[in-house]
Amino acid sequence: MISIQTNDFDPGAEYASLRDSGSGTGAIATFTGLVRDHGDQQGVTGLYLEHYPGMTEQVIAGLIDEASKRWDVRKTRVIHRVGRLSLNDQIVFVGVCSAHRSDAFAACEYIMDALKTSAPFWKKELAESGEHWVEQKETDLARTKTWK
Amino acid sequence: MSNDSITIRFFARLREELGTEQLTLPASPGLTAGDILADLALRSGPWAQLDGDQPIMIAVNQTMSKATTPVQAGDEVAFFPPVTGG
Repeated sequence: MISIQTNDFDPGAEYASLRDSGSGTGAIATFTGLVRDHGDQQGVTGLYLEHYPGMTEQVIAGLIDEASKRWDVRKTRVIHRVGRLSLNDQIVFVGVCSAHRSDAFAACEYIMDALKTSAPFWKKELAESGEHWVEQKETDLARTKTWK
Repeated sequence: MSNDSITIRFFARLREELGTEQLTLPASPGLTAGDILADLALRSGPWAQLDGDQPIMIAVNQTMSKATTPVQAGDEVAFFPPVTGG
């Protein structure tokens, strides 16, 4: 299931829901991304996140499909917040259920890496020195390429 | 929205700098996404940045596309900076 939302989420409740994925599940990997105080610049006080409604969900569904072809994936959950976020707020959640830990880790990391470079979200850093649209990172592109 | 036109959408930094979220253009035979971009770059002021100096991603009907992707009446074409979610 994929949710793009402005409101916060409860990783505990998401984990409980992932756990209820059948007796074949032997591993759950989850990732949560938070707003931190530095990025392209120091002194970041928050973020503003924009997305392309419709296309975003379609792209993430494609990434989950791809992950399901490559690894044993029994259930997935992706949540991404948009709008204005403060320091330490949760931005993104990815959870994957699998029979085995290696598949759960790999699929979770793949979805997260590929989301960063292909899902139409844009981050703007809010700082004391002003606002700044975040630039795409070569390191993020390189990480995504390692999965090809 | 009439069905003989193309809807153009802009996101993030491009949306802000162009001061435009959406516009419509007439369709024409043989038109590509790159043609639209080149045409818009001829407009004055911030529109000149569409001329290829900076990387711009293109989606046609919400699917990642290229400058050579054909575009026809009723299509939605989006231009945006490289994505930075997660």
